[in-house]
Amino acid sequence: MTESGDKPRLTREHLLDLLRHMIRVRMFEDKCAELYTQEKIRGFLHLYDGEEAVAAGIIPVLTPADRVVATYREHGHALVRGVSMTSVMAEMFGKQSGCSGGRGGSMHLFDAATNFYGGNAIVGGGLPLAIGLALADHMRGDDHVTVCFFGEGAVAEGEFHESLNLASLWNLPVLFVCENNGYAMGTALELTESETDIHAKAASYNMTSEAVDGMDVVAVEAAARRAVETIRRDGKPVFLECRTYRFRPHSMFDAQLYRDKAEVASWREKGPIVRFQGWLRENELAHAGEVEAIEKEIQAEIDASVAFAEAAEWEPLADLTKHVYAEA
Amino acid sequence: MPSLGADMEAGTLVEWLVQPGSSVGRGDIIAVVDTQKGAIEIEVFQDGTVDSLLVDPGTTVPVGTPLAMISGGADAPVQPVPSEPAEPASVPPVTVPPVPPKRAIVAPSPGDRVRASPAARKLAAAIGLDLSTLSGSGAGGAILYADVEGAGGKERQPAAGDGLTAMRSAIAAAMARSKREIPHYYLQYEIDVTGLQDWLAAANADRPPAERVLIGAACLKAVALSLRKFPDLNGFFEDGGFRPSDAIHVGAAISIRGGGLVAPAIHNTDQLSLDEVMAKLRDLTKRVRGGRFRGSELADPTVTVSSLGERGVDLLFGVIYPPQVAIVGLGSVTERACVIDGTVRPRAVITATLAADHRVSDGHRGALFLRKLGEQLQHPEVL
Amino acid sequence: MTTVQNTLAESAEITYRDAVKEAIRDAMKRDPRVFLMGEDVGRYGGCYAVSKGLLDEFGADRIRDTPLSESGFTGAGIGAAMAGVRPIVELMTVNFSLLALDQILNNAATIRHMSGGQFGVPVVIRMATGAGRQLAAQHSHSLEGWYAHIPGIKILAPATVEDARGMLWTALEDPDPVLIFENVMLYNRTGSLAADAGAVAIDKAAIRRPGSDVTLITYGGSLWKTLEAADRLKGEGIDAEVVDLRTLRPLDDATIMASVAKTRRAVIVDEGWRSGSLAAEITTRIVEQVFWELDAPVGRVCSEEVPIPYPAHLEQASIPQADQIVAATKQTLGTMGSGG
Repeated sequence: MTESGDKPRLTREHLLDLLRHMIRVRMFEDKCAELYTQEKIRGFLHLYDGEEAVAAGIIPVLTPADRVVATYREHGHALVRGVSMTSVMAEMFGKQSGCSGGRGGSMHLFDAATNFYGGNAIVGGGLPLAIGLALADHMRGDDHVTVCFFGEGAVAEGEFHESLNLASLWNLPVLFVCENNGYAMGTALELTESETDIHAKAASYNMTSEAVDGMDVVAVEAAARRAVETIRRDGKPVFLECRTYRFRPHSMFDAQLYRDKAEVASWREKGPIVRFQGWLRENELAHAGEVEAIEKEIQAEIDASVAFAEAAEWEPLADLTKHVYAEA
Repeated sequence: MPSLGADMEAGTLVEWLVQPGSSVGRGDIIAVVDTQKGAIEIEVFQDGTVDSLLVDPGTTVPVGTPLAMISGGADAPVQPVPSEPAEPASVPPVTVPPVPPKRAIVAPSPGDRVRASPAARKLAAAIGLDLSTLSGSGAGGAILYADVEGAGGKERQPAAGDGLTAMRSAIAAAMARSKREIPHYYLQYEIDVTGLQDWLAAANADRPPAERVLIGAACLKAVALSLRKFPDLNGFFEDGGFRPSDAIHVGAAISIRGGGLVAPAIHNTDQLSLDEVMAKLRDLTKRVRGGRFRGSELADPTVTVSSLGERGVDLLFGVIYPPQVAIVGLGSVTERACVIDGTVRPRAVITATLAADHRVSDGHRGALFLRKLGEQLQHPEVL
Repeated sequence: MTTVQNTLAESAEITYRDAVKEAIRDAMKRDPRVFLMGEDVGRYGGCYAVSKGLLDEFGADRIRDTPLSESGFTGAGIGAAMAGVRPIVELMTVNFSLLALDQILNNAATIRHMSGGQFGVPVVIRMATGAGRQLAAQHSHSLEGWYAHIPGIKILAPATVEDARGMLWTALEDPDPVLIFENVMLYNRTGSLAADAGAVAIDKAAIRRPGSDVTLITYGGSLWKTLEAADRLKGEGIDAEVVDLRTLRPLDDATIMASVAKTRRAVIVDEGWRSGSLAAEITTRIVEQVFWELDAPVGRVCSEEVPIPYPAHLEQASIPQADQIVAATKQTLGTMGSGG
């Protein structure tokens, strides 16, 4: 485990909170996978399995007034940000009581109450939005931070470069978080980038840039604290590359022809939950039965969210053309 | 068979990674399934023991098919994998908005379409005006709103004496079309009906007036029988070609009190007895004059017979009612001095005419038909 | 709405360019949340000199020069609008808007819907459109009809100085994304503007010339050619009504249909290419809604199906002109057109 110089308050409770966030996301998504096979959840379903330390390490560092822009692999971000599990699950079902009224589904979770500006299904499409959110805060003199999550696949998009340039040029309070899981769908990083050290690209835009072990929640959190503090102090963007891995396929219907099972297995060994949980136990920070209690509590929450989503109403067909323009 | 994508409908079981009796835990990979995207490992979402495998390797099954039975651990019930197949009942009923019924698309038949704008058509329909009676002032001679307006006034019911009645319009349209499109040829032939009259007089001798057979009915029947040998005079010219009719439905032109006439069909005229023809004719006449004939009766005739005998004219040349191809005209019965076997004798004669469509038949055929009709009328006993 | 604090003094004549500038200036003064951003809007003064002088007046924060990053700064405008400010994004010309199409179509037009109504995007995106300046095939598009295909955004095409002056504020007040297309041939055009001219409605088409024989439906740069054609037709005894659509999405069906039902004939003049054009959409709506009032097939005058060529004679031949509008109108009128 990283022994960071910028150690946050590593109280036992805080550490268990970090663990709880990750387990909650993992168990929720396992249930989603199951529900997908049963055709309760449809469309594309992109799971975050393996990358939980990134959302869990970064989002709790933010204040409620800060803003979050995420990708189509954003269930974890929404849950950690505080979007209720029931409304996320109902959204996955396409029910009216979902966090986006059922209109978005898995890839488009939105929540105004927590300043959660959505899963965006266009790779790189969320970056310019984050620039705009930060620009508004910058122009008004608000000290909010906008965190923008994206995968390393987005780095090949023009919008990535346009956005980094704009943020740095205009001194905008953006925390760029690249969740580098090594594969853009099925194409490995070295097959798509001439420079595979992504944080170096960001540095070329004249901004603070750091790479961190994205499988280590404590390291991620420490980096996030440094970054957010820097942004608030200097009013300039910071770039964080979190090196991580997804254990599951890109989406549910993916035979994973592009990577070896051995590779997946070796990454699983350094999985963010298994490592952190082990470390907590070794250091007697997690006591006997505590993890099990957390799991039990989360399982009850999941069961309740599924029951809620199952029972929730479908939006009436008469509402089909709602939410295209503001209601008069 | 779990659904792994919205576009996955079925999968082929490649191999089982467990056997009956194996204990499994949530998240274990228990089978490999081949899909159009390649082989995908299937994970199990519950703990338990494999009871039985339900699908053999190599088998392709639809999504939702149970692959194995797993009996639960501590408190899980026996469940198939997946625990539930697709459950259509949980999906909201997709209500398809009502689709308006498809209208039959009528292919325009060249030449017989009136070129009129939608606005002109709407106004014409509202005031009961036949567009074919108008000439248009629009591009390519199209009839425009103003043309209809000029001919029939604004959208209102025509007052008496104002414009054309619907009946007049219909006749105008049909006759104008006939004269415009059908190249008529005309033949006339004088037929001796003395024997027929005598035969009818004898047959009617004991009948009350209401049951007597009139010469008109005999002529209708004779026309029908004669047409059996002349299919080129019995049928319809439509869409640029002639379609002979197997059945012979003679339309009997009947004038309407107050103006106009119609020619409703006496169905299968050639197969009816003379009495039946007479009865039908009486019935039709009565109903036509009472305005109670059926539309279908007007559309069915395969040929028309028009008689102005009662009006005292010697002969009449008819205008074919399209899409028919012939009309037989009958004048009044007149007494003539005829030379028979070298002596002058009074004879009752009738002049029959034929107007026929030259696109379908020629005068030679028409002449043969009139002679056949004349011959037929010499043998009333077989009518 | 308060009276506009304008600087037009006594002059009633104003160019379209200055009318747009006045609109921007007025909006900036009225609402501190409003700012303009785009390529060369500041120091350069705007590609078409629309924003010349505004940098000095409002400063570099609110007259914000951007890098050549159409997707980036258009997306930034969308994000900023979501966060509560009122950006006017200038995309220079419609061809460059294609580099921002992802942001316009995938974000601006969808976010209200995808978020179940939680987030609106009150951004205004302005751009120049149209041919006529010999700018060749990559700078002469008229793609406003394309954009009008997209639910979730509104499309405006001011043709007059009143609309150039008045539509912007109404668009900024709209809770949804509004795209304003300014035809390049209009910037130098002058018109009379009332000293107290202010915001105008953006949900109605306008009858620019009443008439009884045929309805000529158009918008933007083609309005003036259509009015010229109508004048010439008048000399031949044809009384044409001219409808200026003003708003291309949503279309004001009521005004269009009332006019066509009255004249019974319609010709649509649209600088977009004919296939799949806005003119095609309007034709279909006429057939759907007032078919039984028609006295003639609906006519269209659109651009030729060719990338806009550089030489002036070919360029002019490729887009609608008054001659073609006159000819198409006469054809629609049939024999009436030849004086019958």
